Amino acid sequence: MSLPILKFDAVVVGGGGAGLRAALQLSEAGVKTVVLSKVFPTRSHTAAAQGGISASFGNSEEDNWHWHMYDTVKGADWLGDQDSIEFMCKQATEAVAELEHYGMPFDRLENGKIYQRPFGGHMAEFGKKPVRRACAVADRTGHAMLHALYQRNVKAQTHFFVEWMALDLIRDKDGDVVGITALEMETGQVYIIRAKAVLFATGGSGRIYQASTNAFINTGDGVGMALRAGLPVEDIEFWQFHPTGLYGAGVLITEGVRGEGGYLLNANGERFMERYAPTAKDLASRDVVSRAMQVEINEGRGCGAGKDHVLLKLDHLGAEVIDQRLPGIREISIQFLGIDPVKQPIPVVPTCHYMMGGIPTNYRGEVVDGVDEKIVKGFYAAGECACASVHGANRLGTNSLLDLVVFGKSAGNSVIEFVKNMSEAKELPENAAEFTLARLAKLEAATSGEKLADVRRDMQICMQQHASVFRTQKVLDEGVANILDVYKRTQNLYIDDKSKVFNTARVEALEFLNTIEVAVATMIAARERTESRGAHAREDYPDRNDEKWMKHTLYYSKDNRLEYKEVHTKPLSVDYIPPAKRVY
Amino acid sequence: MAKTMKFSIYRYNPDTDAKPYYQDYEVELGEHDKKLLNALVKLKEELDDSVSFRRSCREGVCGSDAMNINGRNGLACLTDLDSLKEPVVLNPIPGLPVIRDLIVDMTQFFHQYHSIKPYVIDEQPMPENERLQSPEDRKELDGVIECILCACCTTSCPSFWWNPDKFLGPAALLHAYRFLADSRDQATNERLNDLNDPYRLFRCHTIMNCVDVCPKHLNPTKAIGKIKELMVSRMV
Repeated sequence: MSLPILKFDAVVVGGGGAGLRAALQLSEAGVKTVVLSKVFPTRSHTAAAQGGISASFGNSEEDNWHWHMYDTVKGADWLGDQDSIEFMCKQATEAVAELEHYGMPFDRLENGKIYQRPFGGHMAEFGKKPVRRACAVADRTGHAMLHALYQRNVKAQTHFFVEWMALDLIRDKDGDVVGITALEMETGQVYIIRAKAVLFATGGSGRIYQASTNAFINTGDGVGMALRAGLPVEDIEFWQFHPTGLYGAGVLITEGVRGEGGYLLNANGERFMERYAPTAKDLASRDVVSRAMQVEINEGRGCGAGKDHVLLKLDHLGAEVIDQRLPGIREISIQFLGIDPVKQPIPVVPTCHYMMGGIPTNYRGEVVDGVDEKIVKGFYAAGECACASVHGANRLGTNSLLDLVVFGKSAGNSVIEFVKNMSEAKELPENAAEFTLARLAKLEAATSGEKLADVRRDMQICMQQHASVFRTQKVLDEGVANILDVYKRTQNLYIDDKSKVFNTARVEALEFLNTIEVAVATMIAARERTESRGAHAREDYPDRNDEKWMKHTLYYSKDNRLEYKEVHTKPLSVDYIPPAKRVY
Repeated sequence: MAKTMKFSIYRYNPDTDAKPYYQDYEVELGEHDKKLLNALVKLKEELDDSVSFRRSCREGVCGSDAMNINGRNGLACLTDLDSLKEPVVLNPIPGLPVIRDLIVDMTQFFHQYHSIKPYVIDEQPMPENERLQSPEDRKELDGVIECILCACCTTSCPSFWWNPDKFLGPAALLHAYRFLADSRDQATNERLNDLNDPYRLFRCHTIMNCVDVCPKHLNPTKAIGKIKELMVSRMV
């Protein structure tokens, strides 16, 4: 069967912060680009980011990018690549100033400069005391950023395919990426999109867990496609559990609450973070706070009838501060729990939030394969789907939005450089869409077997029980057996709806086939890493082991193979920051 | 006993249906199913995977799941099941072509949004860091930048129903005001010229359905009033 073929110089997959920033770079440079997005771009999950975007402007107190870099390296528990980290932190002020120039409506200080608030792990003087580095639009920073980026793309006349889902990468015999296959949801038509360069900005995959702050659309599509195309995923065992997910609902409550002066309480009314992080207290790194909360709960000091959560107190900030700086979380808390934080504390629990791992790239956004980091020609990735790797084993709050714009732009620039000397896209291989069509035909033909909702739920339960905040060998071994079992069942996946037009059941099934790849990768990579580092906390191996484990995991889906590569210890211009004990 | 709830849902699939119809469902709810979206997800997972609707963030910030709920536009993810009379009648948001079930074609809505030049226009060279803006000037944007483009307001507006191609509708007008109100924007005159039209702006008859349904509690009518004030003050 032959499919219609569309031709572009560059195709960007994903219309969130990273995709839009990359697209803007490409559109303004006159590169013939299309952006595919599963949802209208402003519906992307970037919209849900709340607290801020980091940049060392020092608008309220002294700050500089060296301190930001140190915090990021330390936050990453020395698993981040220091060249990428330097690149990001150094570019931060320029990147955020650009957003302001695009019209992003930052909150302002009396002197007219951007308002900045303290955030977890943001410190002055190489870890000495908290510093105001998070540039904020109340507690709706991601929403404001996403809209500003979309608006700027409207101005640049960027071309969008809205409600299109990429299905598979097309690689030729040299292994170069020469296009993708994609589904237009409204018609059900599948296309081949041929391009000189493909840039993935497909976001995270938090939906592998039962309790997640992530949107329904965060299904790991980019990682799924890369793995199916024989490429690896890096450091996928590292998942961030955000300390303050709304109890029962999973919705994010920003760290900005603690940045503004809120703090956590256990059942005894004790501000327990003082015991775990004497200096930073409630503003320690997220992995540290989440673990502390889990310990409090595990040791019987949790709140409520089930003693299964802790409380986030902020009423002492007063209604005025809350309404000015944190109006969104007040609304969310009232909406979902009927609790007004002006009067009562918010029940919270550590909740899956962010995928530190992803498709391996360098700081230019070029995808690299293998231990020797061979560049995959024609393939780029940025944002949460990519691993540059700036977040290492634990991401600092507000570095995610920064990652999107810095590496979106950087990857965009690399694409511009790559396509400008290329007169034609490389030839498509014969039967370029065969693999995709076979996958679709199988799903089409199946009328009984494993129901999508059942398998998906079992995956989420398995991940929640076996790859959570604390992990042990036994729990992970069982988890691997379990998740491989779930994976097997995906072979018999079926959906009832077989219609063409806007078939959301089919879209969900195709998404799930990506998500399950991420889940399997996570469990297998986690089982092997016998140390505790950042968000990967092993009760049976409580210490970080730099000698054996200061290295990146590479997982390949073929035979569930693992390889390990060196962490980049050479920053671009400054001295290496050697590993140290991580105290907050 | 598990709680169940009755729904009557607008169904239309152009592949198979000559015309739309309503289908009834009874959904069993779990203890955490508090919002309409929870019930719809459950329905799709357990009873009928062909029921089609958009959804994403499930916390009222992405604007995907606007629908007409018992005769009133709203977001499924922010609508309490407790507040709804049974059977809960679900329709697509009105005034836009239906693609399938509760999914509408929003081309016209976004066309109007794009037509107001939804970006800050300032052609001066940019400083190295941020442009300055006073907190007072920035405050003018509160109550407008929170819009999530869900279209609840525009598709509840009779003026938009009658003239969807000519009247901008409350959402696009709210954004028109957002850029007029931004002290950084340098195109006030051009923007007002563009809006000074019997249809684009002046079809608003202050019916205020938009204010009534906005899930973010914004006030497009007030923004429209402010645009009109700017026009008047420009004349004197």
